[in-house]
Amino acid sequence: MASNDTHTTTRPSVAIHPAGTTASGTEPAGAPVMQLRDVSVYYGSYEAVRGTTMPIQQNQVTAMIGPSGCGKSTVLRALNRMNDPIPGARVSGEVSFHGQDLYARDVDPIQVRRHIGMVFQKPNPFPKSIFDNVAYGLRINGIKGRLDDHVEEALTQAALWDEVKDKLRKSALALSGGQQQRLCIARTIAVKPEVILMDEPCSALDPIATAKIEDLMVELTNDYTIVIVTHNMQQAARVSHHTAFFTAEVDEQQVRHGRLVEFSQTGKLFTNPADKRTEDYITGRFG
Amino acid sequence: MTATAPPVTRPAAAGPDLTRAALSGGRRLRNHLATTAIWGAVLLAVIPLALVTYTVVVKGAGVMNLSFLTGDIPNSYRRVGGGMAPAIVGTLLITGMAALMAIPLGVFGAVYLNEYGKQRPLARLIRLMADVMTGVPSIVMGLFIYISWVLLVGEQTGFAGALALACLMLPVVIRSSEEMLRLVPDELRQASMALGARKWKTTLTVVLPAAISGITSGALLAVARAAGETAPIIIVTGIVFAPNWNLFDGSNTALPAQIFRNASTSFPAAQDRAWGAALTLIVIVLGFTIIARFISSRFAIKER
Repeated sequence: MASNDTHTTTRPSVAIHPAGTTASGTEPAGAPVMQLRDVSVYYGSYEAVRGTTMPIQQNQVTAMIGPSGCGKSTVLRALNRMNDPIPGARVSGEVSFHGQDLYARDVDPIQVRRHIGMVFQKPNPFPKSIFDNVAYGLRINGIKGRLDDHVEEALTQAALWDEVKDKLRKSALALSGGQQQRLCIARTIAVKPEVILMDEPCSALDPIATAKIEDLMVELTNDYTIVIVTHNMQQAARVSHHTAFFTAEVDEQQVRHGRLVEFSQTGKLFTNPADKRTEDYITGRFG
Repeated sequence: MTATAPPVTRPAAAGPDLTRAALSGGRRLRNHLATTAIWGAVLLAVIPLALVTYTVVVKGAGVMNLSFLTGDIPNSYRRVGGGMAPAIVGTLLITGMAALMAIPLGVFGAVYLNEYGKQRPLARLIRLMADVMTGVPSIVMGLFIYISWVLLVGEQTGFAGALALACLMLPVVIRSSEEMLRLVPDELRQASMALGARKWKTTLTVVLPAAISGITSGALLAVARAAGETAPIIIVTGIVFAPNWNLFDGSNTALPAQIFRNASTSFPAAQDRAWGAALTLIVIVLGFTIIARFISSRFAIKER
């Protein structure tokens, strides 16, 4: 794997079985639900991220950390083809989901996003009522059954139901930032994706709201697989089972691009990093 | 009063002087000048508006009654009395038909430009043409419809007037709607996309509702402007003296054309009718405004 790339420092260790794993379901604990193989993302001719190989373990939280501009958000968005509408954006290598290449010719990005949802950095509720926000995904996906029950279930799972149950018809824009972000999570889980991608979901929130979202993430791993991009190393250490450390490198042609430096169990990465660059970053000597 | 320690008196120099007197004379003078200039500008802007409204209401109210609104236009300008019903019917039908053609087309055009075309050559060309079309004088548009439609079907009709007005409204609707769509944050489109919505679904259920109140305002401005157009109506719709409810058969007329014809005669009775028509037109446009505001407030989501 990635033998053509001598700089690869990643050793995707699929056989990791972290203690206290919450995995359940048909697949064995820690089995990867997604797998990146030598994934590079290009914007036009510029290679933003080079040669990323890492697994996403089922029912676990995988964190991506690293300094600004290291391509972690770019990789995250490649996982559900959110880069598609950007003119010139292109992905090479393989992003597989249950063994299926997401970038194969006959794959419909709409179907991909129905199974792999996303929560964004800035809370972005629709300018609609709280109820309509959560019901939106259900409606467009033609999910039948009692909409009220689905909405209540999603809001309960997102730990927001008690705060909004009396004002479901009020505008979502009247909620606080932290509530809006939990509403966005509720909106995402309402359509029952398998994987939820979170792009710095707490960076616009205060510490109390952040703590709520973090608790929620741990809770959600019972039913979902979570991939989170964060600037906050403590957050990665608190919530994730596995951590990928990215950094920006300048190659021989003086072109800057993102690289995955190290991927391992979160405990190991933070206490006993294999790579000097990881150690420098997590000890605050760099970035 | 209990015996308390005397308050600690701070030395006068402890803090900066925060009173207005601390400002230099020059700054105070400039502040006064700016305030006066702003109020003066507001007054100057309101005076013509108030005078126009006052004159039209006073002079128009003299002839305003039920028979003015329901009566036919006299065949002779000299005759006293009569009404404006044919022109009212014509204005409502012609402007309504023009809006029916121009607003959906314009909004769809704007959706293409902002959501699909973006900076593609075709989109840029359309944008340029719309900007040029905005500047085309209405009489030129009237002549264009006269040549390309009236001469083709062989008669002046209300529909020809609606076509001319629609051509005038279209670029305004396109450009104002596009501006409103551009204000919709990209985060909303991404959120919808991440939920597995297709682009047309996102546009229809997220982007358009978010922009609807602005789009309505823009469309309304275009309707109001079209309702007051005179030249194309005179050229392509002809004139009638009894209401013509059929836009596709026979000549028609509209309030601005009647204002022009009656006001430019020397007969006091005709001039009175012109004032009445002017008042009626203002009230109709006001009515459009209120209806549009009501519709957009029904669609728009409240902030709180």
